[in-house]
Amino acid sequence: MKMVVLLAGLALIAVISWWFFGKHVVATANATATAAGQSVDIEVKGGYSPERVVLKQGVPATLNFTRQDASTCLDHVVFADLGINQELPQGQTEQIQIDTSKPGEYDWACGMDMFHGKLIVE
Amino acid sequence: MSVTKRFWIALVLSLPMLANMLFMPLGFMPLGFMLPGGEWTQFALTSIIMVVAAGPFVTSAWASFQKHHANMDTLVAIGTATAYVYSIYAMITRQPVYFESAAFVVTFVLLGQVFEERMRTSASSAVEKLVNLQAKEATVLRDGQYVRVPISAVQAGDLVKVKPGEKIAVDGVITDGSSTVDESMVTGESMPVTKKNGDKVIGATINSNGTLIFRAEKVGGDTMLAQIVKLVKKAQTSHAPIQKLTDKVANIFVPVVLMLAIATFLVWYVFLGTSLASALIYAVAVVVIACPCALGLATPTALMVGTGRSAKMGILIKNGEVLEAADDVHTIVFDKTGTITVGKPVVTDVVGDRQQVLTLAASLEADSEHPLASAITAAAQAAKIQPATASDFRALEGRGVQATIAGQTAFAGNSKLLTPGAATPELIAQADRLQAEAKTVVYVGSNNQVIGLIAIQDAAKPTSRAAIAALHARGLKTVMLTGDNEKVARAIADQVGIDDVIADVMPADKAAAIKRLQQDGKVAFVGDGINDAPALTTADVGIAMGSGTDIAIESGGIVLVKNDLRDVDRALAISKKTFKRIKLNLFWAFIYKVLGIPVAAGVFAAAGLTLSPELAGLAMAFSSLSVVTSSVLLGKTKLAPKTEIA
Repeated sequence: MKMVVLLAGLALIAVISWWFFGKHVVATANATATAAGQSVDIEVKGGYSPERVVLKQGVPATLNFTRQDASTCLDHVVFADLGINQELPQGQTEQIQIDTSKPGEYDWACGMDMFHGKLIVE
Repeated sequence: MSVTKRFWIALVLSLPMLANMLFMPLGFMPLGFMLPGGEWTQFALTSIIMVVAAGPFVTSAWASFQKHHANMDTLVAIGTATAYVYSIYAMITRQPVYFESAAFVVTFVLLGQVFEERMRTSASSAVEKLVNLQAKEATVLRDGQYVRVPISAVQAGDLVKVKPGEKIAVDGVITDGSSTVDESMVTGESMPVTKKNGDKVIGATINSNGTLIFRAEKVGGDTMLAQIVKLVKKAQTSHAPIQKLTDKVANIFVPVVLMLAIATFLVWYVFLGTSLASALIYAVAVVVIACPCALGLATPTALMVGTGRSAKMGILIKNGEVLEAADDVHTIVFDKTGTITVGKPVVTDVVGDRQQVLTLAASLEADSEHPLASAITAAAQAAKIQPATASDFRALEGRGVQATIAGQTAFAGNSKLLTPGAATPELIAQADRLQAEAKTVVYVGSNNQVIGLIAIQDAAKPTSRAAIAALHARGLKTVMLTGDNEKVARAIADQVGIDDVIADVMPADKAAAIKRLQQDGKVAFVGDGINDAPALTTADVGIAMGSGTDIAIESGGIVLVKNDLRDVDRALAISKKTFKRIKLNLFWAFIYKVLGIPVAAGVFAAAGLTLSPELAGLAMAFSSLSVVTSSVLLGKTKLAPKTEIA
């Protein structure tokens, strides 16, 4: 019996390390063109989907964040490089304007820096 | 449902179990209380808590699990669900249950989050307070009549009327009237400032006793207040380099804790042979105490409070990187003109034929924007001298100017401009004497022959001496870096008490001079001019005077809105305080985990030291709460007394 528990436990450790540390595909989205420029809808639920957003340089961009998750961890979204710290009330869509004048990679994160996303302007 | 509501539900439903737990072991009922229904009631109460109060943890944990992420919700969900599910199994098999553990952990975690949310709101309130300073309406001249319009309708060029006691709506220049204005909310300057025709006014400041009419120059996002708000917002979201470690830790933290918890369970159950229940309880305690929120909150909350507080004092710290660099600055380098001195030089002496020398100099400098040129032009105007027309004007960088006047090559500049033999030994001796009096000497002449000297003095600001003394008290080395002549620079340096002087530096070489000083440690540079921009960028900490050019303000890491040199010391004080608080927060957040995890895992069980899941939950809530509280308190700590002389 104890041997079985031990093996099951070790197997579980292995599964955890594979699940969280292994290489997995990240959901990526390109912006859709709108009348006002380009926009991407981002769902906030246990993280961000998509987690990688690609924007075109020079076109005014809007990211629409909608938080479906009750976790206080995700109640703010922070773009450190862009000086944006936006509160995301649960269930409400918040528009965030992005300055796309400079190409580059900008990381965003939740208020506690636990969840991350990446914005690519090219 | 809000966190607060979930907390109250969890608390109310936990209370009967708390009473039960406290009084049961006593074997009698001092208050006549025993939970009716026993285990079944516990099961019912905990089930409600798990669904209503802990449900969101589980959904969030599951959603992030699907994305290969884990966060604090994962830990809370796994910890409480384990205790809950095991208790159901134990109830069926008639063994001791642990429902209350699950219920209490949920309650404590929510308690922590409720407080944390409040504290975070108060930590981030600085920006809102700044935005609220903005006037809502303004009285603007439209079609010959002054009318009230919302602030958004004010345009550059509008004439705006401000009555006593009203807020000045936007940035502009006074065209009529005089008054004293309270600018403390924007610049941090506590004394009201007297303003008259031609003076600049800043939006959001309060006009006290006179009626003013001013022409709006900057509106909307261009006003000083809007710029400050933008800077502070950016600073508050920025990262400090010290965070890199926590970022790395946070990414792997939760999965590692889960593995540790499984290992804990295996060691207790398989190798030490304890019961399934106690092995599980150890594992649950490990999961609960390890919640990483405190680590994540340590830096951003302190940064928010620190930058917000300094903005109130008229000191804008642009990001966490600057803050960290300011902590171990060894040398402070100052630009001379406009930084240590007033920046408004005046002509004090003219050697040679006054009329002739001033005419020639004024003709040469008429189109120059150099501060010395404006002093000469002002002196010529005072003497009612008409400048002659000059052609082929050339500015010789770091030396002076040259032009053709009446068919001859005329020049005005410093000694580097002179050809050997251009000045008589007598003139050179005169120049030496003037320089020793802290006066800048301009040689004026034509056809390679100096006809006279103009001595110009730029007096030190009255506060410069106190500012330098405060920095010395901090143990810093002070250096003056200037394009001016060595003797003049030395004389000013002695007046204000600066240690070293690096003089005769061409504008382009200022950055190189900073680089050399950096070999001995971190260097801060204080300056205001366009030519200071490279040095401001090169220095570890660039401090731009608020009155300076836009490019200097753009290049600096810290901006002193008030233009008071004593703010250099205050800026360093608040940076050091904030950085110290960040380090303290990180230390406490880490030490909690480092000590808490082994205790929770039962490493010290032999010595009788263990941590139940409930206590682990309480400790966890307390840990993040203490970090945020410590950050909020940063807004109230006293800065070193010597900086409060102001």
